[in-house]
Amino acid sequence: MSRTLSAPVTVAFDYTRSVGPVLGRFLTGLRDATFVGARTSDGRVVVPPPEFDPVSHRPTTDFVDLPDTGTVSSWTWVSEPVAGQPFDRPFAFALVTLDGADAPILHAVDVSAPDQITTGMRVRARWAAERTGLITDVVFEPADAAGTAAGTDAEPGAAAASSADPVSGIVTPVSLDYTYAASPEESAFFRGLAQGRIVGQRCPSCQKVYVPPRPACPTDGVPTVEEVELSDTGTVTTFCIVNVPFMGQKIKPPYVSAYILLDGADIALQHLILDIPVDEVRMGLRVKAAWKPREEWGTTIENISHFAPTGDPDADYDTYKHHL
Amino acid sequence: MRDVAVVGFAQRQLQDYDGSPQCAEMLVPLFADCYEQTGWTKKDIGFWCSGSSDYLAGRSFSFVSAIDAIGVLPPVNESHVEMDAAWALYEAWLKIQTGEVDTALVFGFGKASAGVLRRTLALQLDPYTMTPLWPDTVSIAALQARLGLDAGLWDEAAMAEVVNRSLTDAEKNEFAVRSGGSSVEELLKRPMFADPLRKHDAAPVTDGAAAIVLAAGDRAREVRDRPAWITGLSHFTDGLHLGTRDLTRSASAGRAGAAAGASAGGLTDVEVAELHAPFSHQELILRAELGLGTDARINPSGGALGGNPMFTGGGIRIGEAARRIWDGSADKTLGHATSGPALQQNLVCVMSSEGASN
Ligand SMILES: [Zn+2]
Repeated sequence: MSRTLSAPVTVAFDYTRSVGPVLGRFLTGLRDATFVGARTSDGRVVVPPPEFDPVSHRPTTDFVDLPDTGTVSSWTWVSEPVAGQPFDRPFAFALVTLDGADAPILHAVDVSAPDQITTGMRVRARWAAERTGLITDVVFEPADAAGTAAGTDAEPGAAAASSADPVSGIVTPVSLDYTYAASPEESAFFRGLAQGRIVGQRCPSCQKVYVPPRPACPTDGVPTVEEVELSDTGTVTTFCIVNVPFMGQKIKPPYVSAYILLDGADIALQHLILDIPVDEVRMGLRVKAAWKPREEWGTTIENISHFAPTGDPDADYDTYKHHL
Repeated sequence: MRDVAVVGFAQRQLQDYDGSPQCAEMLVPLFADCYEQTGWTKKDIGFWCSGSSDYLAGRSFSFVSAIDAIGVLPPVNESHVEMDAAWALYEAWLKIQTGEVDTALVFGFGKASAGVLRRTLALQLDPYTMTPLWPDTVSIAALQARLGLDAGLWDEAAMAEVVNRSLTDAEKNEFAVRSGGSSVEELLKRPMFADPLRKHDAAPVTDGAAAIVLAAGDRAREVRDRPAWITGLSHFTDGLHLGTRDLTRSASAGRAGAAAGASAGGLTDVEVAELHAPFSHQELILRAELGLGTDARINPSGGALGGNPMFTGGGIRIGEAARRIWDGSADKTLGHATSGPALQQNLVCVMSSEGASN
């Protein structure tokens, strides 16, 4: 058995930004099957155009339309592509210097083996049939392959979209896959839950009991080592009534999310309070874990469906005031 | 300027860390090691600064959990950079220069194995014209390597020599993740991975953490007989777009070296240089940009090709370079750190056995 529990997790979001006059012009050009570069103060023609001149720091204003043919100035072979790259089979990344430009652009070249690309090779753009104004609207291919592949029929500078508004924003989807590991202490907590136990750990220095346990005591900076089994009964120390609906919400509002100080612990655990009208939840309320049926248990805090009032008298304020 | 020295250093590097991405558990023994080296406790540390990345951890505010390892209650004087620990060291050095504190503990951590590192790092790029293509770190370095090969600035044998020397030196480094030299001929027979790079030309994916202690004046002298006095510390950045840079060079590394105390000929009197070169050809670029002498000993630790924990690899170079002064094997050393694609951002830290006011 591994020392720690781990699980796959995906972090994904859409990077959504307005693009301004310079990048907007470049991306509008891509949508119209044209490369738009700019002249910088040192006399070079650069594509993509920088928003500000790298030397004078002035806004870029001198735009140049460029042909969609060019020369490979460096290349590499992507033998093991990763997710999101222009091809899911081996291909070449290259620096391509477009005809009339003085600086190369990074992009993909569609060749099937590394011996089909060389420095100095002529390439031309292959435009996607449906273009939205993204760098992925285009890839490069060997110039002698022009016209043989699908999607090469777009006329550079085609006016098809010229009546459309300029591109003013982009959405870049970002999605990253991780194997997320819990710390050894958190792993002990989750393994305990799979057995219907709530496990905390005691700091050897200040004797405080943390649940879920942490890899180190934030007061002493030493690992919490001694395992402590905690009661599944505790006291509400603070709470909020959730009235706001949000994406992924599992319970219909209003409901109560609370800090529950389990008996024997020095730090509160966050969970739901159900089986009581929301306006009757209060500080000091004594609650007990409502466990799901045993056959539904896993290594998760969701084994506890929620906490519910025990019916006992409220805890005296002095018994939990140090843990607020 | 105040005299500030590196006086403590602890590290841990692994192929694959079986633990959480905030690495608090890994950091605790490193801090304990620093306390033992200095004879100090947490109360002696005036400022804490860390370097790490949430994208590497796959969770937000990962550094907040990591600082449990310090023991942050009651609150400590603390900061964080989303950069290699070497930049955290720069912030700490600056903090000491303000006179506000006399000591600092700098640390970095990262669990690169949690995701696909060469892909995660695509998020460092321009999000409009580059990230949507997901150009991976290795491919970008390979484009750089070929430019130099085509221009005749280096050849494959020179790259293999860097690998062979690094992996041979890494055999003596207990923290190295990859080691074992071979021969240039044998290395060149191995298959291409990202033509013209072979797998051994790229640093291994490494998890790890490191901690470095800085101290000013007498606080440094009370810890070490030969503190590694920082005589020059500087960092510069090149532009975001690969196309507008000369990728066979690293202008920002050259400027950082010049600002950190190079004479007209470069940093010719540096005896030991720990260069943060995650790709073999990048060591060749850095040697030239910094103007290191031909007799300078490069990366006796094995360098990044032996292990390159993200957001710590540059900090480790400074720690390794400082150790050579502590043990008397050198009087002047250099630690270098890089970040960003193809040597875009560079930091140079020059250290000497002699403080300015000695
Ligand atoms: Zn404690």
